[in-house]
Amino acid sequence: MEMVGGTRLAQLFTSNQEQLLAEWFAQQHAIAARRGLVGEAELRNQFSQFTSLLVTALGASERVDFKSSAWQEVRAFLAEMSAQRARQGFTPVETAMFVFSLKQPLFARLRDTLVNDAPALADLTWTISTLFDELGLYTTEVFQASREQVIVRQQQELLELSTPVVQLWDGILALPLIGTLDSARTQVVMENLLQKIVETGAAISIIDITGVPTVDTLVAQHLLKTVAAARLMGADCIISGIRPQIAQTIVHLGVNLTNVTTKATLASAFVVALQRTGKSVTAGSAQDASRGSRASDGFDSLQAE
Amino acid sequence: MERIPILTMGRLLLVTIQVDMHDRLALTLQDDLTSRIVKDGARGVLIDISSLDVVDSFIGRMIGNTAAMARVLDAQTVVVGMQPSVAITLVELGLTLSGVRTALNVEKGMALLTGGGAA
Repeated sequence: MEMVGGTRLAQLFTSNQEQLLAEWFAQQHAIAARRGLVGEAELRNQFSQFTSLLVTALGASERVDFKSSAWQEVRAFLAEMSAQRARQGFTPVETAMFVFSLKQPLFARLRDTLVNDAPALADLTWTISTLFDELGLYTTEVFQASREQVIVRQQQELLELSTPVVQLWDGILALPLIGTLDSARTQVVMENLLQKIVETGAAISIIDITGVPTVDTLVAQHLLKTVAAARLMGADCIISGIRPQIAQTIVHLGVNLTNVTTKATLASAFVVALQRTGKSVTAGSAQDASRGSRASDGFDSLQAE
Repeated sequence: MERIPILTMGRLLLVTIQVDMHDRLALTLQDDLTSRIVKDGARGVLIDISSLDVVDSFIGRMIGNTAAMARVLDAQTVVVGMQPSVAITLVELGLTLSGVRTALNVEKGMALLTGGGAA
């Protein structure tokens, strides 16, 4: 069925602007006020902007085609509105209701004006119904897309946030890993670590996996790859923070970690790193006072060596 | 014909690869290097690949082979200055150069060779 009656609809809008606004506003206000997200003035402003764009688009041609260029402005407005509501925390339904709330008031006006012209009433009802469905679906589509963007951005941020490379000492780097290691993360971790090795000229890097919840063969494979890449650059790797359960899993899985130095805690890995780089930490005068209470076992034993 | 220069530093040889390696160049380098190790009686070889941005499996294997040849001739080989991207590529290719020693730069590589010789 053809969607016709653009000019007539435009007329309907202009002559009933105030009444449409009042009825639409009653429905919208209930949603917006309950959420407390959009002010009354802003809603009114949005509505008048929307209807004026709608009237322009409807008046452009007798045939109503949402996909034609005449509707470009309306699409842009709806896209902006949906994206904004997606950010403000509206649900997709509430966003689509921005458009759908106009249906009922419009049908009421149609019935009043075309009470004696049944064919025209049927035609226009069909046009309005189809058009507003398209408009509503369009808002939902844009809403979904902008939510998707938010998710993608958060994923990227998470990826960057979760892979810091820390310099513990001159020539010693630490890479505290938190969360599950997948291929994409391993790639980022590896690149960050290697870049930092080049920047700092570090001879030893400690990969701490205290925050890695599970180690399966794939994760172990990724770890070994990182170690191999660092070794190719000329830096030794120590894997630390292996929890008892993880040690058991690694052995049960038959993962071969014999070529890599492993330590239970970051502290003991650090001690090894200091020894290998020929450095030592000695207890200073500040610790003399607390020497009676056995200050730091690791550092004391290091000093003894 | 294009050749990669081999510099003598005491009893060490320094090879700096500054051009794109292609297969024939790599093979020529292997020939030159082995004959120089024998002729100079070198104890160590430093291969500086810091200017190398791209490697393929052939070049990767070539580096490993060169190190193995030098070892047979009783000269330690240290590969120095590998770029992060090159390291990742080699690991992805499954070439971890397990028999080859590595260092971050020429200075550290030299310390590795001279320090290892003294010990």
